[in-house]
Amino acid sequence: MVNYIWAVLIIAGTVVGIATGNAAAVESAAIEGAKEAALLCISLAGAYALWLGLLNIAKEAGLIESLARRMRGVISALFPDVSKEDEASGYITLNIVTNMLGMGNAATPFGLKAMKALQASNPCKHSATDSMCMLLIINASSVQLLPLTVIALRGAAGSSAPAEIVLSALLATTVTTFVGILAGKIFQRTGRCR
Amino acid sequence: MQIVTLISSLFVPLFIGGIVVFGLAKKVSVYEAFIKGAKQGFTTSIRILPYVVGFIFAIRIFTASGCFDFLASLLSPLLKPAGIPPEILPLALLRPFSGSAAVGALTTILNRYGPDSFAGRCASTFMGSSETLFYTTALYFGSVGIKKTRYTIPAALISEVSGLLASVFICRLLF
Repeated sequence: MVNYIWAVLIIAGTVVGIATGNAAAVESAAIEGAKEAALLCISLAGAYALWLGLLNIAKEAGLIESLARRMRGVISALFPDVSKEDEASGYITLNIVTNMLGMGNAATPFGLKAMKALQASNPCKHSATDSMCMLLIINASSVQLLPLTVIALRGAAGSSAPAEIVLSALLATTVTTFVGILAGKIFQRTGRCR
Repeated sequence: MQIVTLISSLFVPLFIGGIVVFGLAKKVSVYEAFIKGAKQGFTTSIRILPYVVGFIFAIRIFTASGCFDFLASLLSPLLKPAGIPPEILPLALLRPFSGSAAVGALTTILNRYGPDSFAGRCASTFMGSSETLFYTTALYFGSVGIKKTRYTIPAALISEVSGLLASVFICRLLF
């Protein structure tokens, strides 16, 4: 699916760009976009090193395991195929908690760790498990409690009350997370690999 | 409100300090453990690079070609009957693709219509209710070599549309 969406963006962009005489703009957009993306990744290396370093301290101290044990009830309700001893549930918990706190830079390395752990017990390696789908749906529905970036942008735009959207954003993200989980649960039987 | 921002500003330092204190209490050689984990930082950032480049450059081509404006003008008449301010359409369309593009779209809305306008409040509310979907999906599944993403994208898109509708509804009630 990602294949088609990506292809549509590129094909529509190049064809329309050439047809409307925006070919030069398309060229510079492609090159600038790639450069900006690479710079972003390099700038993330430091943050990832920081969080993965701290994560490893937590892991060696047994914190990940105990977190996984404590959260087992909640996690296994949402992620049915996470096995009991699985360190995946520890990483999933960390991914969700850091997302809730708006620490996106920390959430990504934890999320990738969770995917790796989930993949280890995946019986068919090319197809996503229900737990993987659920992790992605929860990540995409945003569970952030305090939208700090939005508050900052509103402040910069001269709002008289930059933080007044905190409650509405919290309600909206509760709706999206709930709807996402529900949709995931409904679709769960579809396309399963046997 | 002050209290909420205070707590959130204290959280990260407490989180960092707490892990180190806990590690010491459990007799972990914390510095060595940190370095061991941190070594994966650079490889992780390099590993995500192709996925980030793939989506950022695609969405840039799409917007620069004029496709995006055309799509937005095509869809905006559909929004009015649903009571959704058409001003927030660019944000809604960009949100699943790129975080930085969504920040750009939100900034445009806030500056053009005002952060305290109805469109500005709806856009701000919606921004906090969903995340970049396509890039995250490509990255998370790509990192472990999974090709079939099954129902991930449909379910997440349903969630995003519900966020758009909920944001407008909630803003009508609250403001």
